[in-house]
Amino acid sequence: MLPAVKLIRILLFLMVLSGIVACGSSEDASSSSSVLNRGLSAEPESLDAHKARSLQAADVLRDLGEGLVSFTATGELTAGAAESWEVSDDLLTYTFHLRPDAKWSNGDALTAEHFVFAINRLVDPATAAFYAQFLEDVSEMKAIDDHTLQVVLARPTPYLLSLLTHPATFPMHPGSLAKQGENFARPGDLVTNGAYVLTAWIPGSLLTLVRNEHYWNNANTAIDEVRYHILSQETTEYARYRAGELDITSAVPSDNFEEVKRVAGQELHIAPVLNIYYYGYNLTKPPFKDNPELRQALSMAIDRELLVEKVTGRGETPAYSWVPPGVDNYEPTQLSFAALTQEERNQLAQTLYAEAGYSAENPLQLELRYNTGDTHKKIALAIQSMWREVLGFEVVLVNEEFQVLLANIRDKEITQVFRSSWIGDYNDAHTFLNILQSKNAANVSGYASEEYDALLERAAEQVDLSRRRLYLEEAERVMLADYPAIPIYFYVSKHLVKPRVAGWGDNVLDYHYSQHLSLKAEQ
Amino acid sequence: MLRYTLLRVLGAIPTLLLVVVLAFLMVHAAPGGPFDDERVLPVDVAANIQAAYHLDEPLPAQFARYLSGLLHGDLGPSYRYRDYTVAELIRSGFPLSLRLGVLAMALALLVGISSGIVAALRQGSMLDRMVMFFAVTGISIPVFVVAPLLVLLFAVNLQWLPAGWSGASGAAKYILPVITLALPQIAYIARLTRASMIDVLGTDFIRTARAQGLGTKVIIRVHAFKPAIMPVLSYLGPAIAAILTGSVVVEEVFGIPGLGQFFVRGALNRDYTLVLGIVIFYATLIIALNLAVDLLYGVIDPRVRQR
Amino acid sequence: MKTSAGLLLLILLLAIVGPWLSPNEYQATNFDAILQAPGTAGMHWFGTDDLGRDLFVRTLLGIRITLLVAVVASLVSLIIGVSYGAIAGYVGGRVDAVMMRFVDTLYALPFIFFVILLMVAFERNFLLIFVAIGAINWLDMARIVRGQTLSLREREFVDAARLTGVSSMRIIFRHIAPNLLGIVAVYVTLTIPQAILVESFLSFLGLGVQEPQTSLGALVDAGVNQMEGAAWMLLIPAALLALILLSFNFLGDALRDFFDARQSQ
Repeated sequence: MLPAVKLIRILLFLMVLSGIVACGSSEDASSSSSVLNRGLSAEPESLDAHKARSLQAADVLRDLGEGLVSFTATGELTAGAAESWEVSDDLLTYTFHLRPDAKWSNGDALTAEHFVFAINRLVDPATAAFYAQFLEDVSEMKAIDDHTLQVVLARPTPYLLSLLTHPATFPMHPGSLAKQGENFARPGDLVTNGAYVLTAWIPGSLLTLVRNEHYWNNANTAIDEVRYHILSQETTEYARYRAGELDITSAVPSDNFEEVKRVAGQELHIAPVLNIYYYGYNLTKPPFKDNPELRQALSMAIDRELLVEKVTGRGETPAYSWVPPGVDNYEPTQLSFAALTQEERNQLAQTLYAEAGYSAENPLQLELRYNTGDTHKKIALAIQSMWREVLGFEVVLVNEEFQVLLANIRDKEITQVFRSSWIGDYNDAHTFLNILQSKNAANVSGYASEEYDALLERAAEQVDLSRRRLYLEEAERVMLADYPAIPIYFYVSKHLVKPRVAGWGDNVLDYHYSQHLSLKAEQ
Repeated sequence: MLRYTLLRVLGAIPTLLLVVVLAFLMVHAAPGGPFDDERVLPVDVAANIQAAYHLDEPLPAQFARYLSGLLHGDLGPSYRYRDYTVAELIRSGFPLSLRLGVLAMALALLVGISSGIVAALRQGSMLDRMVMFFAVTGISIPVFVVAPLLVLLFAVNLQWLPAGWSGASGAAKYILPVITLALPQIAYIARLTRASMIDVLGTDFIRTARAQGLGTKVIIRVHAFKPAIMPVLSYLGPAIAAILTGSVVVEEVFGIPGLGQFFVRGALNRDYTLVLGIVIFYATLIIALNLAVDLLYGVIDPRVRQR
Repeated sequence: MKTSAGLLLLILLLAIVGPWLSPNEYQATNFDAILQAPGTAGMHWFGTDDLGRDLFVRTLLGIRITLLVAVVASLVSLIIGVSYGAIAGYVGGRVDAVMMRFVDTLYALPFIFFVILLMVAFERNFLLIFVAIGAINWLDMARIVRGQTLSLREREFVDAARLTGVSSMRIIFRHIAPNLLGIVAVYVTLTIPQAILVESFLSFLGLGVQEPQTSLGALVDAGVNQMEGAAWMLLIPAALLALILLSFNFLGDALRDFFDARQSQ
C-alpha cells in the first residue's frame, strides 16, 4: 500500500516541479515592435549554406544572407551585395562591384575575398556540400580588390545571375568559421550578411531572426523580428493561422480546399511556380523499355483537366510540356496530343494500347508507386480509375515511404511507373531539360537519347540567346515525342497571408524575402 | 547487497547490447539512406557526403564505429539536423516529452481516481452515469481525432488557448496537449477505480466498519482507498506506454519539439543516429527505472536479495 | 454483455452482407459526386469522399479490414503469449526465471518505436501490420498465462497425469492449455480494441493499409482533415470505431466478471 500513496505524492511533486520549470523557461512575449510569424513546412537541415539542401533551409538562408545578386518581391533580378556588374562580350567574364558599405552582422567589412573563400569551401570535397556542382560552369572566381570580384565561365551561362541568388553561392565569414569550426551555424555564432541574424533556434519548433543593424539596406527593412515556426502538418499550420498565431503560412491544407477558399477569401495567394508534377516510367525494363506506343497511350488516357479541376483543385496548370510556362526566354513545346479533346485522346490511347498487344483478355499488369501524402494518394487513385475506364486495366497502387520510393527509383529494378516532381533551381529551361540528359544523376527514368543530348550540348555552346533557345526548344520537342515520362501538372504556390502584411509579391520561384514585407498598423 | 546490485547492473548490459544491435540492424535494413532526395545528387557529390558520415564503410565497420562512440558516451551527429548532435537533440526534446508525460499522468490519476470514487459512491445516479459515459467514450476515440477537435474549439473558434507550441508563452500552451494526452487515461482509470471501489465497498470488512457507525469519508480514506486503487497501480505500466504512444501524435499535431516528433521525423528521413539514439535512450531509461525499483524492494525486503 | 455481443454481431453481419445492399463499389471514383452529403442520391447512404467514392461501401470494407487486422493480431499475440507463458509457468524454476527476465527485457524496449521502424522500413504489407501489432501485445498475455499455469501445475489432475508418465509438452498443451481458456478469452477481447487503436495510430502516421483498400482508422484519419467541410466523413467512421471499441471493452469486462464469479465458486 505504501508505494501507492508515495507514487502519487511523487507524481504530484513532479507535476509541481515541471510546472515551475515550464513557467520559468517560457519564451518571452514579443518585446520588439514588429514581429512577423511565418510557417515553415520542414526543419532546415542546416543553416550552413553549404550543408543545406531543402527549399525550407534556402528560405531562411535568403533572410540571413545575401548573394551578389538578389530578387525583388515580384521576382525580378536586382542588385544584392554587388551594386553593379559588367559582362564581357563573349559572355564569359562577369565583373561585380561590391557595395563599399557592405558589412557582416558583426560589423566586419564584407570583401570580395569572402566570396572566393565561400566558393572554395563549397567545392571542397571535405565540405561534402549538396550543391558542390552548382557552379560547375564557373572556371574561376577571383578578387581583383576588396570590392571587385571577377567570375570567369567555362561556357556561356545566361542564367549565372539567377544562380548567384542561391544561398549556396553566398559569401562566408572566414573568421567565424576559423573560430567555431564546423559548428558555426548556431544562434549567436552565425555571422551573416543579409537583412537578419539568427538569434534563437529550437530544433523542431522555432527559428528566431532579428534585424541586422549592419545590413546595408537596414534603413529600408521594416520588420524587426521574424519567427519561423516549423509546422510539418498543413492542418496544424492552418489552425495556427486561423488562431491568429501566424501571419504567413508555407502551405495550405490539400484536403478540403473549397472550405479553405471560403474561409480565407482574399488572404489566399495562389500563383504559378516553376515546379512540375510527373509520373516517371522505368525505361530500362519491360513493359516500357522500347515501347513508346504504350507510354503514349498511358499518358493520353489521363484527363489532366479533370484532375486539376476536381482532384488538386488549387489552380494548377495541366502539363502538356516538360518545361513549365513562365520560364524566361523560352516557349515550351507541347505534347503531340495537346490539341485533341479528351475524347479523341482516349480513342487514340485505346488504339495504341491495343497495338502494344494488350486487350481486355490480356490486360497490362502494372504497379504504380507513390510516396505517402494526401495529394499523391488522391492523384494515384484518380489516375487508377482513368486507366481503368479508358484502357480497361487495373493498375496496382503501391504506397511507399518517401525514402523507400527514392531508393527503388534509383535502383530501377522493381519500379514501373512512379511519382516524382522537379523544382526549378533557377529561372531557365536548362534546370528542367538538364535532368533528362542520359548522364545526369537526376535522370530517374533512364531516358537516353543521343539526339537529345547533342541538342543540349549545342545549346550550351551558344552565345546568342535566341539561338540557344531554339536548340533547347528543339530538344524538348525530341524528348516529348519519346514519351519518357508523364507530365501531369505544374504546381502553384499556395500561401495564406494576413491582411496586415504589406509588400507580398507572388513570383514563379516562390521566394518571399522578409525584408520586403512590412506590417500595417492594426485597425 | 553490493554484490546483488553489481549483478543486476551487469545483467542490464546484455539487454542494452541486444537493443543496440536490434535497432542498428533495423534502421540500416530500411531501404534508402539519409541523403536520398528527389533532387538526386551527382554521383561524386553523393560519394563525398557518404564518406563524410562514414556511410561508405561496410556495415560491421559502421557498427564498430558506432559502438565505440557509444562507449565514450557519444551518440554521434544527427544526419537530418546537421548542425546538431543526437545528444543535443535528446537533451532538448526529452525534458518536454517528460514534462508532458508527467503532467498528463498526474492529471489522469487525479481526475480518474477521484471521479471513479465519486461514481462508485453514487452508483446508479445521474453523476455516475455521466462519469461512465465519459469514461467509455474517452477510450473509444483516437487521440488524433480529439486533438484537432480541441484545437478547433478552444484555439480557432473561442481563441482561449494557443493552437500551437512554438512562440506561445507561459503555461497556457501545455493545457490542450496535456488534456489530449490524459483523456484516454482518465477514462480508463476512472473505470478501473469505480469497479474496484464498488468491489471493496461490498466486502465484509467495510460493511462491519459501516455497522460500527463510521462515516463514509473515514471509511473511504482509512479503509477503502488503498485496496481500491490497487488495480490502478498495476495499470501504471501500460499507461506509461500508452502515453508514450500518444505523445507521438500529440507532438505531431501541436508541433511540440519532443522526442516523439524527433523519432518519427528521424525514422522517415533515415536519420540513423537520431533513431538509434532515441531508442537506446528510452531503453536505458526503462531499464534503469526497473533496476531502481528492484533495488529499492531489495532494501525493504531482504528476501528478494537472497533469491 | 448480451447487448455488446449482439451489437458486434450486427456490425459484423452488416460488414459482410452490406456490400450487396449497395450498387456502388469501394474503389469506384465519381468526379461528378465529390463530397456528397449522406442521402439517397446515387444510393450513397453515407455520402461520398473527396474522390466521389461511396462511403457506405468503404466504411463496411473498413470495418472488415479493421476487424481482420485486430483479430489476426490478437491471434498472433495469443499463440506466442500462451505457449511462452504456459511453458515458463509449467517448467518453472530457473527456466521460468530466465524466460520471465526476457519478457521484462522486452518490456524495456520502446515497442511503438520498433513498430514505426518496421513500417517505414518495408513496403506496406498487410501481413506485416498483423505481425507488428501482435508482437506488441504478447508480453501481457505471457505474464498472465504464466501466473495461471503456476497455480494449475499444483492441481491434482496435473499430478495424476505426471505420475502416469505423460510428457511435459503433452501436459502443457492437453491438460493445462484448455484450462486457460477462460482467462485467455477475456484477454483476447481486451487485446482486440488495443490492436484496433494501434492500427488507427499507424493510419494517422500514413503507415496503414494500401489504397484503395481502407480501414476504419484510415477513414477516420481522412475524415479529420475534412471535419469542417464534410463532417460525415469523420462522424460515421468515428462513431463506428467507437462503437466497436466499446463493445469489445464491455464484452471483455463482462467475460471477466463471469469467469471471476465462476472461479470464486
